[in-house]
Amino acid sequence: MSTSLPSKGTMIGGVNVTKLMSDIAPPTIAIVIFLAVWEALSQSGITLLPGPSSLFTNERTRTLIFYPFYDRGGIDKGMFWQTLASLQRVAISYTLAAIVGIGTGIAIGTTPLLSKALDPLFLFLRTVPPLAWVPISLAALNKNEPAALFVIFVTAVWPILINTAVGVREIPDDYNNVAKVIQVSKQKYFFKILLPSALPYIFTGLRVAISLSWLAIIAAEIVMSGIVGIGFFIWEAYQNNYISEVILALLYIGMVGLLLDKFMEWLQARIMKGQ
Amino acid sequence: MVATQANRSPSPSKSVPLIEIDNVTKIYPSTAGDNVVIKDISLEIHAGEFVCVIGHSGCGKSTMLNTVSGFATPDKGEVRKNGKKVTGPGPDRMTVFQSYSLMPWLSAYQNVYLALDSVHPTKSKADKDHIVREHLTMVGLGEAMEKKPPQLSGGMRQRVAIARAFCLYPEILILDEPFGALDAITKEEMQEEVANIVANHDATVLMVTHDVDECLFLADRLVMMTNGPGATIGEILEIPFPRPRDRNQIMEDPRYYELRNRALDFLYSGLEID
Repeated sequence: MSTSLPSKGTMIGGVNVTKLMSDIAPPTIAIVIFLAVWEALSQSGITLLPGPSSLFTNERTRTLIFYPFYDRGGIDKGMFWQTLASLQRVAISYTLAAIVGIGTGIAIGTTPLLSKALDPLFLFLRTVPPLAWVPISLAALNKNEPAALFVIFVTAVWPILINTAVGVREIPDDYNNVAKVIQVSKQKYFFKILLPSALPYIFTGLRVAISLSWLAIIAAEIVMSGIVGIGFFIWEAYQNNYISEVILALLYIGMVGLLLDKFMEWLQARIMKGQ
Repeated sequence: MVATQANRSPSPSKSVPLIEIDNVTKIYPSTAGDNVVIKDISLEIHAGEFVCVIGHSGCGKSTMLNTVSGFATPDKGEVRKNGKKVTGPGPDRMTVFQSYSLMPWLSAYQNVYLALDSVHPTKSKADKDHIVREHLTMVGLGEAMEKKPPQLSGGMRQRVAIARAFCLYPEILILDEPFGALDAITKEEMQEEVANIVANHDATVLMVTHDVDECLFLADRLVMMTNGPGATIGEILEIPFPRPRDRNQIMEDPRYYELRNRALDFLYSGLEID
């Protein structure tokens, strides 16, 4: 082969290093600067907040980093178990919210009377912030665990429900006209036209809801004492003045939140492939 | 060869009309008073006829079409099919929409199959598969059946819509400016394909268009509508060319220009009066 492709940048083992550098370098530099400023501020004594280095210099926190799977019984568990407990609550309530939200959304979207009757109520309820639901659900359900589940549910259900209803209402006339001419059965209309047409809206709702429900579980757990979960873990660490543990927990929360969103994005791309 | 096809054009006086548009008026109420779109339109369409409707934009051509397809209900008069009043849309009056109206999440095959399956649920799966493949192949999409509409060009999408319509063997096929969005070459190809399929299926067609040449190539009769509001039928031209038609051949016929000029005169004089 006499001709070779002109390549821009240095190639090492088939990887374009120059391109990789230009993608990775800016965020890396930004993070390093951010951490350095934070560290400097806490070293100088302007703030009492410990610097990022405390994650490793503090012995308790170091243990938490290196042993995420420890379990000493009760609520004294490693970060992995704390996070998992919170995620399980989200999984249960989010699934329930998805089922109820999509189901009710379709009912509302297809029934003008129902839509008229319920729209104002839903628009009101969805503006209630997750934390405000905590006392209500504690009063109503009496126990921490179901109350936490309810708070996530009630936070996640509105965006799913409202987006689904909009998606169903916005089915283009084109599709409905075809459905009318070929007199498609109710069942076929639902699966072949209504659901695929509303799917992008439903997914928008689902993606908003997954981020919201992750936010809500943290908020809910903070005020619910005595449960395993990353929210309550933060609260307890703060009460005992283990601030570097709080910082570690924030890292976990941020990473999980990011992963949840990426997962929904991936799922959406997979299901709606080719559209 | 021409003689065998020449009697395809039926004589209106003898047969019972398939479609009767009987004194149809359609009014759209608006805040500034009622808007009479079409007024006292009467037209008979016989089985096997290809009728084109032409007129200026907004003259109510599509409204007239919609009263036949059943999407619009006349405020006065009625549309009858085989003597029975038309009350709503149905596959016996299958429509090819201007915007193709394909489901983008279904492949070409699935789009056609959905219509056939919905209209003939009792047909066997093998039969339906055969009919769908036959019609997609007929419109030149034999190789692109598994593609979804976003992967197809405008012309190919319209072909899918046409395959979907013809596979139902509707009693009358309604085409609403089906080639409006296509480029000139694709348009001519599609006109020829439609002419062939119509001949093979012995179909009855009611088509709205802007294009006089298209009418002269495809239609048995050309219905020219006056300008709205209150549009009505101004004049009807019989297109006498024998079938199958060859575009170049009919263009050499002196009657072609006579008809073409009359149609254009009608359209332009309509403009001047307004």
